[in-house]
Amino acid sequence: MKVEAGDVIPPLEIEITRTLVVAGAIASRDYQDVHHDPELARRRGSPDVFMNILTTNGLVGRYVTDHFGPDVVLRKVAIRLGAPNYPGDTMVLTGTVEAIDGATVTVKVIGDNGVGRHVTGTVTLTSGEAA
Amino acid sequence: MVEDLSVRLKAYEGRPAVLGGRGKDPVNAPMIRHWCEAMGDTNPAYTGPDAVAPPTMLQVWTMGGLSGHETRAPAYDELLALLDDAGCTSVVATDCEQEYLRALRPGDEITFDSVIESVSERKTTRLGSGYFVTTRMDVRVGDELVGTHRFRILKYAPAHAPRTPAPTPPPSTTLAPPQERPRRPRPVVNRDNSGFWEGISRHRLLIQRCVDCATLRLPWLPGCNACGSAAWDTVEASGEGSVYSYVVMHHPRFPAFDPPYAVGLIELVEGVRMVSNVVGVPCDKVRIGMPVRLEFARCDEELELPVFRATREGVVSA
Repeated sequence: MKVEAGDVIPPLEIEITRTLVVAGAIASRDYQDVHHDPELARRRGSPDVFMNILTTNGLVGRYVTDHFGPDVVLRKVAIRLGAPNYPGDTMVLTGTVEAIDGATVTVKVIGDNGVGRHVTGTVTLTSGEAA
Repeated sequence: MVEDLSVRLKAYEGRPAVLGGRGKDPVNAPMIRHWCEAMGDTNPAYTGPDAVAPPTMLQVWTMGGLSGHETRAPAYDELLALLDDAGCTSVVATDCEQEYLRALRPGDEITFDSVIESVSERKTTRLGSGYFVTTRMDVRVGDELVGTHRFRILKYAPAHAPRTPAPTPPPSTTLAPPQERPRRPRPVVNRDNSGFWEGISRHRLLIQRCVDCATLRLPWLPGCNACGSAAWDTVEASGEGSVYSYVVMHHPRFPAFDPPYAVGLIELVEGVRMVSNVVGVPCDKVRIGMPVRLEFARCDEELELPVFRATREGVVSA
């Protein structure tokens, strides 16, 4: 695959369902109540359960490898969180190739939802030949 | 006093957060499958006889799960207790930075240690005031370093909670919007419009009404644009409306705003229009005619703004 700096990765829309929030939390072994129990989440001042950081991390990784294919290898994923992902919302992931250095590609990923910017991230990967 | 605390907190940099941690399970196919199903990740690299684990699962192998872990180092407990004593009782995770040195495969037995890498100065954020604590975990299989996992949390004293159904800041745990950021611009409040802002502070959206000809007006003005009368009273908006027009702001970037975002011209059912944010729907899903309902969003401890939430029946999919 020919990759150039400035390439834009097609956006991926992710429906934030309650099932996704809970399945992501449990699959990542994160049993914080705010990620699965709406009643306890409300008692802590949150309007509902919300996605945990491990799920966001996994979705950012998936978004990039979905685009570049199974032959690339993730080297680094760095994310910063902003607005929470609540059930009923939609997160739209967008990505841009920032830099290429030999077989190493750096991608900037952003995920926006109805509340604002949920995640800002940088993903570094290498193509299969270099792996 | 505060300075003294900062010095005490700094002393924890370089001390251990977790010592001798062990993954509860070796890397294994069922956990990989559950993760991939949850994430919707169909990458063939994660299935079959030569499967590797998704690299972003790195932290998962170190999690204590429902029954917890008991390998936290005393230094880390002490640091958290110091912060609790300073009133910083809430915690949110803000950043995760992972580096993968080699792929993990079913059968790999995970061990890990974590060090307190840095403790910030006291910072004021949208959530409240507190300290960022960064830990770095080294993940090993045997003696081999297979990945590093840097995690930043904010331990903070919560700012005042919102009074109403506004978007609430998330509570204490693994998520968060605490970037330090400039605050939104303040509204210009003067003798002509102070009643409007006084209404907002009581969660009432007030529309001016001409006493002589009953024409409604918004935004607030000294006189009636229909008959010129200076006499007025107010009516409270029902809060129902629709998107009359909108733009999506991509550029320029203003401090305190994260483009892209939608700015709507909202037509209230009373017939007047006002400019405000449309929330509850991605900015590219805002449409003319979309029904919206008023709510009040707290931006910081001083500022609350009327915004309009897209109602479910109005959300256009795809």
